[in-house]
Amino acid sequence: MVSKAVETPNAGFDFSNYARNEFFGQRLQGIPKATSTGTTIVGVIFGGGDSGEEPGVCLGADTRATGGPIVADKNCEKIHYLTPQIRCCGAGTAADTEFVTNLISSNLELHALSQGRPARVVTAMTMLKQYLFRYQGHVGAHLVLGGVDVTGPQLFTVHAHGSTDKLPYVTMGSGSLAAMAVFESSFKENMKREEAIALVSRAIRSGIFNDLGSGSNVDVAVITKNGTENLRNYEMPNERGLKSRNYKFRRGTTAWTKESIRSLIVSEEIKSTSGAGKDQGGVEVVPVPTGAGAGGEEGMEIDS
Amino acid sequence: MALYHNQPMAHAQEPTAAPIEHRFNPYSDNGGSILAIAGTDFSVIAGDTRQSEGYNIQTRYARKVWQLTDKAVLATNGFAADGNNFVKRVKQRLEWYEHAHHKPMGLKSIARMIQTMLYGKRFFPYYVYNILGGIEEDGSGAVYSFDPVGSYEREACRAAGAAQSLIQPFLDNQIYFKNQQPEPGSQPFIPGNLPLATVLSLVVDSFTSATERHIEVGDGMEIYIVMARDRTTDDLLGEGKLQKGMEIEELGTLGEGQGERTFLVRQALKRD
Repeated sequence: MVSKAVETPNAGFDFSNYARNEFFGQRLQGIPKATSTGTTIVGVIFGGGDSGEEPGVCLGADTRATGGPIVADKNCEKIHYLTPQIRCCGAGTAADTEFVTNLISSNLELHALSQGRPARVVTAMTMLKQYLFRYQGHVGAHLVLGGVDVTGPQLFTVHAHGSTDKLPYVTMGSGSLAAMAVFESSFKENMKREEAIALVSRAIRSGIFNDLGSGSNVDVAVITKNGTENLRNYEMPNERGLKSRNYKFRRGTTAWTKESIRSLIVSEEIKSTSGAGKDQGGVEVVPVPTGAGAGGEEGMEIDS
Repeated sequence: MALYHNQPMAHAQEPTAAPIEHRFNPYSDNGGSILAIAGTDFSVIAGDTRQSEGYNIQTRYARKVWQLTDKAVLATNGFAADGNNFVKRVKQRLEWYEHAHHKPMGLKSIARMIQTMLYGKRFFPYYVYNILGGIEEDGSGAVYSFDPVGSYEREACRAAGAAQSLIQPFLDNQIYFKNQQPEPGSQPFIPGNLPLATVLSLVVDSFTSATERHIEVGDGMEIYIVMARDRTTDDLLGEGKLQKGMEIEELGTLGEGQGERTFLVRQALKRD
């Protein structure tokens, strides 16, 4: 008779790893924590109305990635590509924002190919929220989604649990309050493109300087129906000054216990057999340099 | 595959490890970093001025380094409320000492007093790491570092606070010459002999670098320099001795004045 020891649930969630993870959690000092990005990301809709300008979406992000209180990356990119006319800013767990964004980007490309027309922003939003809801918040991606499609400029926020908002100006991440303070005081409908860029970068700067999780530079992306303009490092208000001392060490500073030098190049013999490796007429065979030194006897000098 | 096929919802029935308690936590961590380096006849004590809680900046200028006497400066780091209160009480004890003995307390006595004051609250500690710097009775530069319950030691240099793990290895290498082999035939390195200009550069680079990589360090720094009596100040006050953006002031003597001089150098740090 077939053993019933292995039983696969045929519906619902599978919690079989729960006990295993609890066990690891007790063996290690807690369950390993993923690197997260303290972040300021924002978006506004601009143009249209009596501004006399093409309606569009302006997205912004800071460039600091953190692991706890340590700055992991001083100039990372948080505005991710989805389609030529849709971008997505990511906050939360760095790996999750990267992967969820890549996955949806691929699926949107396939979707556009199968439908024979560019995917809409709502489609991207729906795919993101359905994916994120399935993981019940464990995929820690908090997103600002913006783009222009056949229905005009579109702007959404998507939370890690799968809820979404559709608003004319949005902020997310640890610096969302600092950035929203700027939007709430200065947002206007039907802004001109340059006004929108200035407002977005001011909101990001507010996050950079007032939120410890955000920092370094301002990235901006402007999307209209004519295309996307990527303004990477649009502002760099935090460039590092010069160090006051030179920390070059004298040669021989590091102690050593023994020295052994050997050539990593061993002698090599080439035998032509048949097919692709067969001796070709008119091709001069250059022997591999062997012997002392890095590049053979008459090889290049290193460390001269 | 299920590990518990006879009890598929095992996780749902697991009792909580202990009853959930809600307790008041009187402490918090206000970030920032401090450091001190002793020279032969001077001592440098420095700290940044940012005070934070979580991802919020409470203030961009909060003092962490305090002049206690003409030859002692104390830097505090950790829980700011405890730090401020601790300094207040240390100053009060120093005043009482002066009334009783008609002279200011010496550096090593202040160090011992700080130990007893910290240990006096062994079971409700001041959540503060202290570094005391200044000039010893014999005129030498000194640094004393403490843990929150009073264990202390005299050293040539010490970093503490949020960026301790970034700065201390740098100081070990540059001040104690750890992992550095002297040139064959030359004098061996002796820690605590560096000139003032070098020490100041190391302090500035410690803080600018910590600011780059630690989110809780930044805004500004204050560097206190205590000089032994009769020591020249040319290497500090001379033309072009300070780096760009630095401001210096001399702090007047607090007591009778035995010739020690204390200077305060301020410099801006990145604010992101």
